[in-house]
Amino acid sequence: MTFVPHTERDRQQMLEAIGVKSIADLFSAVPQKFRFPKLNLPAPLTEMEALGELKGIADANESADDLVSFLGAGAYHHYIPAGVDSILRRGEYYTAYTPYQPEISQGTLQAIFEYQSLIVALTGMEVSNASHYDGATALAEAVNMSRAIHRGGRNKIILSPGIHPQYRAVVHTYEDGGDLQFVGEDLDLSAGPDALIDLIDEQTGLVCVAYPDFFGRVYDYTKLAEAAHAKGALLAVSANPTALGLLKPPGEMGADIVTGEGQPLGIPLSFGGPYLGILTTRNQYVRQIAGRLVGETVDNRGQRGFVLTLSTREQHIKREKASSNICTNQGLMMLAATTYLSLLGKSGLRQVAESCFHKAHYAAAEISKLKGFGLKFKDAFFHEFVIESPIPAAELNLRLLERGIIDGYDLGNDYSDMQNCVLLAVTELNSKEEIDYLVETLAEVAHA
Amino acid sequence: MPEPLIYDLGAPGRTGVNMPAPDVPLVDLPAGLVRENLPLPELSELEALRHLTRLSQLNHSILTGFYPLGSCTMKYNPIVNEETARLGGFAHAHPLQPAEMMQGSLAVMYHLQEWLKEIGGFAAVSLQPAAGAQGELAGVLMIRAYHASRGETQRNKVLIPDSAHGTNPATSAMSGYRVVEIPSDARGNLDLEALKAECDDTLAALMLTNPNTLGLFEEQVQEAIEAVHAAGGLVYGDGANMNALLGIARPGDLGVDVLHYNLHKTFTTPHGGGGPGSGPVGVAAHLADFLPGPIVGIEEEGSEEMGPVYGWHQPPKSIGRLKAFHGQFGMHVRAFTYILMQGAEGLRSVAEHAVLNGNYLRVKLQGAYKVPYDRVCMHEVVLEGRWADAPDIHALDIAKRLMDFGFHPPTNYFPLIVREALMIEPTETESKEVLDAFVDAMLKIAEEAHTNPELLQQAPHTTKYGRMDEVKAARQLVLCCEIPREQ
Repeated sequence: MTFVPHTERDRQQMLEAIGVKSIADLFSAVPQKFRFPKLNLPAPLTEMEALGELKGIADANESADDLVSFLGAGAYHHYIPAGVDSILRRGEYYTAYTPYQPEISQGTLQAIFEYQSLIVALTGMEVSNASHYDGATALAEAVNMSRAIHRGGRNKIILSPGIHPQYRAVVHTYEDGGDLQFVGEDLDLSAGPDALIDLIDEQTGLVCVAYPDFFGRVYDYTKLAEAAHAKGALLAVSANPTALGLLKPPGEMGADIVTGEGQPLGIPLSFGGPYLGILTTRNQYVRQIAGRLVGETVDNRGQRGFVLTLSTREQHIKREKASSNICTNQGLMMLAATTYLSLLGKSGLRQVAESCFHKAHYAAAEISKLKGFGLKFKDAFFHEFVIESPIPAAELNLRLLERGIIDGYDLGNDYSDMQNCVLLAVTELNSKEEIDYLVETLAEVAHA
Repeated sequence: MPEPLIYDLGAPGRTGVNMPAPDVPLVDLPAGLVRENLPLPELSELEALRHLTRLSQLNHSILTGFYPLGSCTMKYNPIVNEETARLGGFAHAHPLQPAEMMQGSLAVMYHLQEWLKEIGGFAAVSLQPAAGAQGELAGVLMIRAYHASRGETQRNKVLIPDSAHGTNPATSAMSGYRVVEIPSDARGNLDLEALKAECDDTLAALMLTNPNTLGLFEEQVQEAIEAVHAAGGLVYGDGANMNALLGIARPGDLGVDVLHYNLHKTFTTPHGGGGPGSGPVGVAAHLADFLPGPIVGIEEEGSEEMGPVYGWHQPPKSIGRLKAFHGQFGMHVRAFTYILMQGAEGLRSVAEHAVLNGNYLRVKLQGAYKVPYDRVCMHEVVLEGRWADAPDIHALDIAKRLMDFGFHPPTNYFPLIVREALMIEPTETESKEVLDAFVDAMLKIAEEAHTNPELLQQAPHTTKYGRMDEVKAARQLVLCCEIPREQ
């Protein structure tokens, strides 16, 4: 299936204009012994055949839509209103690139400006960038920001053990080998945010926590923010945007940087990507934020318009002195979140959040009534919680799968002392019937 | 009349998409943690969709017109890619589901790894990096880990040609390296003698874009790579311009040790208004153990009746994880679909026609515009947007005037080593008629530059918006709407 429109006649006319005999003559600068390698690839397919082939491959997956799923752990199965994809599929959006030419890119630019506004409203912060790769990399950029804000001083970074293990791994990939020192990850999981306060000292640049944390727990971080600020350190909160439809935003708690995974805002699970990195801060740190920013201005006809701004922070201007090497953002995913939040609005997002909250609490209450099962933590939670099972989580999950249930995340994968623990997520898509089926099945398989 | 802002639309109490009421008993909300005000807009579904549809109409895009943005490979993105990425089995797959349930997704990733290895001439590939810039970071971190594993921690500098993308020096600095800039020579190649003078035992790597950002194939690429290797350094290949090399030459064969691919340039995943990108990295055998992981491997070989069983493999000396989960999987599906439709001959045809189109524009525009490095180019051509006898005209004016003819401007003011640069990449999916119409516009503009310069300086004229006041945007920062903070 070719997308090359040239006819033989076109080619001849063009070669003649160029003054060469054949297309191959255009490649004489390529070393001859490496020129025109024979590539071992499958024979080309037409569109019809390719679609058929891909359908077959997709069918080899058993996805969250085919089964009853309670798996979350950083990626959540939510309802996506039909309008979201109708906007994403507009070629005017998805086949444009970075809006370098504002006169003919106002659609993307205004959408980003509105995204920045919606995220500011949701997080309670003052500035949002145009988006980042994902929740994990956004947290890594928060750490970079801390270094820039403290001008290389204060190299101690506190990472709460309640941050997603994969996010912490990404932070380490970005920062290990540099001059930062990370503490806090080995704290007792049941200690809560007060244990982090004890670690803050004059060398601390940044305290990083999650809201809800990896185990679904929610805490008011106001005291933690005050303790950090008292020592001159900053607070970064990695937040779930659905939870912010119901819960007090980190901006109101005194956070200096709020990051997050925007996938719950209208982006399909898609096996882990593309997702959306949320990155926000206070006005005073706007020059240290990574990634693109869109600002309001006027055109030479007096009309309000939007442009990329403060690009002197960025790699294409600053090169080795840039605040980050990031170039593209997650444009299309930004648009998904903007559309999702515009469609749901004030009441719709609150409905989603409340529905998640009540259903998760119903599930947790019912499961903890089962013999041998219990909740691992006593803290308040949003839509995710940890259960302790009488049998190893790996075995439990296999048995549930045989009965058509994708159970939660087996925490034994990341925590050696939690082999019997499962992290369960409940969203608005899980009906009471599904939850009851889970509870019944848990009782049945745990004592089989 | 500009499109209103989202916060100026709708009305208090109006609702868009509603959700079902919870079908479970309600419990108390967590005391002290419930937010008092959720200041989101209140629109009907139609208001929201009309607003976003109207905004879309203010964009120039590949589907609405020619988009010769140099170094970005703005080619046609097959619509079928959008269908395959949305197939239920892929779109609703949770990234933490067990590998046994996700054999379809793993098969896509495994084959894409294999095909990218084959296309680039590499021993191993990781699909994890989120974008080209993150692929670069992966590459430079692997190079650092490789030298460290050999006890050569004194290697502290990275050589970067003066024509390189800004991400190259930014990435090197993020990884703790000192950047040394290598000048270009009169033929637009990197200056081999200047390069050799820096090849010593403190050399960590050369970052090389080939074809370079002048649109030219590096004529001494083998000598340059040999010099770096002889000094114990490695060569990082920036794959931004890979569209010109498909089936033409494999970077791995030329001696490149690690290269990132841009799936959103070369392999037709959409640019999305600025992402998501996807930046897989390919490496030679000596770097395979350092790849970001996990990557997909074969657990059990297949038979005639059964396909193989795929699973996750963590490279033993991996630099670690660059991103949560497995990379931009939806983009992997699109690139897989595209390569499946091209095969070896199709990919070679892509590069051939991209280069044919680049050279056609070069010869047609030469004369009216100065081509600073006058030799056969690859997939793009760089012109100077200035004339001695039209001193008040800049590349920017030419770029803006092109909009009046319905074209997206080329990349301008890059590469930095060409004065008033206009970098034009037509791509293989544009027909001769489109190129001819573009040439006509460019020739007309060259004429106008001399006869009616104000016309260019005031351009664009026919677009819905005129030139923006960028100084005001930066000085009086307004980065979001006014948010109603009270209930």
